[in-house]
Amino acid sequence: MSTTPRRETLEKLTPVLTKRWLSPDAWRIDVYEQLDGYAALRKALAVHPDDLIQLIKDSGLRGRGGAGFPTGLKWGFIPQNDGRPHYLVVNADEGEPGTCKDLPLMTHDPHSLVEGVIIAAYAIRANRAFIYIRGEAVHAARRLRNAVQEAYRAGYLGRNILGSGFDLDLVVHSGAGAYICGEETALLDSLEGFRGQPRLRPPFPATHGLYASPTVVNNVGTIASVPYIVLGGAAWWKSMGTEKSSGPMIYSLSGRIVHPGQYECSMGITLRELIELAGGMQPGHNLRFWTPGGSSTPMLTADHLDVPLDFEGVAAAGSILGTTATQIFSDQDCPVYATYRWLEFYHHESCGKCTPCREGNYWMVRTYRRILAGQGTYEDLDTLLDTCDNILGRSFCGLGDGATSSVTSSLKYFKQDYLDYIEGRKPPKLSEKTLVGAH
Amino acid sequence: MTETQLNGSSGPGPVPAQRGGTTRAADLAAKLTDRAREIIARYPADRSRSALLPLLHLVQSEEGYVSPAGIEFCAQMLGLNKAQVGAVASFYTMYKRRPTGDWLVSVCTNTMCNVLGGQQVYDALSEHLGIGHEETTPDGKITLEHAECLAACDYGPVMTVNYDFFDQVDPDTAVALVNELRAGNRPKPSRGGRLCTLKEISVQLAGFPDPRPEAVADGVPGEPTLRGLRLAQQHGISVAGFDPNTPITASGSGAPAAEAAGAAANTPASDRKPAGDAAKPQEQALKEAK
Repeated sequence: MSTTPRRETLEKLTPVLTKRWLSPDAWRIDVYEQLDGYAALRKALAVHPDDLIQLIKDSGLRGRGGAGFPTGLKWGFIPQNDGRPHYLVVNADEGEPGTCKDLPLMTHDPHSLVEGVIIAAYAIRANRAFIYIRGEAVHAARRLRNAVQEAYRAGYLGRNILGSGFDLDLVVHSGAGAYICGEETALLDSLEGFRGQPRLRPPFPATHGLYASPTVVNNVGTIASVPYIVLGGAAWWKSMGTEKSSGPMIYSLSGRIVHPGQYECSMGITLRELIELAGGMQPGHNLRFWTPGGSSTPMLTADHLDVPLDFEGVAAAGSILGTTATQIFSDQDCPVYATYRWLEFYHHESCGKCTPCREGNYWMVRTYRRILAGQGTYEDLDTLLDTCDNILGRSFCGLGDGATSSVTSSLKYFKQDYLDYIEGRKPPKLSEKTLVGAH
Repeated sequence: MTETQLNGSSGPGPVPAQRGGTTRAADLAAKLTDRAREIIARYPADRSRSALLPLLHLVQSEEGYVSPAGIEFCAQMLGLNKAQVGAVASFYTMYKRRPTGDWLVSVCTNTMCNVLGGQQVYDALSEHLGIGHEETTPDGKITLEHAECLAACDYGPVMTVNYDFFDQVDPDTAVALVNELRAGNRPKPSRGGRLCTLKEISVQLAGFPDPRPEAVADGVPGEPTLRGLRLAQQHGISVAGFDPNTPITASGSGAPAAEAAGAAANTPASDRKPAGDAAKPQEQALKEAK
């Protein structure tokens, strides 16, 4: 039932960050070293830190955590010779629904992240770095802690690394099950031992981050890209992707395709091509809606099969590249129910700090339960949009904004599905017992 | 604090005698102080509060949940008061506030796993075990919860036991799995390390390495993880032009287009919004939905 992709589609595959996953023991330092491991570190320590920042700027690398901020620019914001400690914090709190690329990277190639951390810390002149890893990611953390121990023993971490005079301590810090800690300022508060709630910005972490000191917060994929850019150079990196969105990207495909999985491709590949790589849609399933980058990105439809999946292309189509968590749903899935389940998530994960997000998600969940139980009204649809209007741009951080994405986009593309529940053409999906508190 | 007070706040339901509900902070201190000091030493000297999350994992490794005594112990170690610690402990889902089973069974019911059958898996387990969300079987063995996205969507529907993955489960395999757990066996996860109890995994969450080298070695990547790589391998696809000896040039040309685009997409917060403006596509989606 799986179809073979065409040659021109196969050529969009760019195995770079994922390549070592094929070597089952690449998580061990000796195997990693045989596969170019820690060669980039030796190379990096031989040049001035400013040259590394310039190299990353030249590569056009943009953050892999969702926002796509230019990484070199972020590093360049760190004030130098300011007499304060600098910190590098890796955001490994992967949890955006649909996203599943950082866990395999840390599990199967943890040293690439460790090596990236050492190079990045050297570039921004940080002597302490932290990897804040999602608590539930226990196996990835097992491998990562093992890798850090191995790196200390080999002299890649600690005092006077490889005789360079550069010192770095790296701590792997497990979270405790709060999605909001993927928001960078909430992550910093959590790392300081507080509830993970976002901070007011400005000031930005570049000047007042961890312990109110200059801090770079980067995603796992961003930092793991660094050793490859140091080795292969900026021009090679830019040979992949597009002018504004350079490099390879790990697209995580899930849902109604024949072969869900991780596909590292040149940025700008389309969903049509990704589905082709994934062996096509499952028999009996036709594409109906999908997320380009997790549940916080507005859903798209079968009309968007040829949108280039890079930062600019997805934005032009009315959504966000996000984490390239490509969740694929078919005509057998209900966009109203999908949105309801995502809202349960945002309601559960709202940190409670700001009213629009805390209250808005609470009430939207109840409105959805009513609609899905066949007791919705036309006014409910207005209430949903009104609530989104009060959350979007008025909540404290991106979690609230993200919660509105699936609501507004599903109403934009699939209003008829809502009306079918309200007007009784579609059987209720939830029973009466779920309706407590809905009225 | 009296033992009655400690018991009184550990929540409803029977508390089996062996589970630490009456352990005093002093007992915990006797057992955990050395490890707690090791944790605190990981952070800058004047920033000991950073040790709070790992310390809470540590007390959970002793008691199976975060008890009032555990909170008191953390407060003593860090020079905080119990309210400060309690406010943090109650914020995070992984800190359990009631005695929890040896096996925490979490079923993903977020959208993707849900439509692929995760809800049926959860419902079947709930019925089979006779317990609901965050409840524990009377023998104290299994605690059930429905979880939000566990970051393994390409293996959906997934469930975890003490956070190690069981992939592509269905109601039958899930029920068989919990039956094995109740029979005293430790079934092997699909990809992760071999199972350990909730108390044992909490030691690792506190930042200590897994004492079992074989568990670190466990976990060959599954086919979905490797799918794109296998395709590339089968068809001889690799990225051309990679030369690890490419010199790092001091004066590069920059990437002005990428930099300008990335900066424009992340403009600093305006006066309207404290933590950054909403993305334009989200504003656009709202406008077009109206």
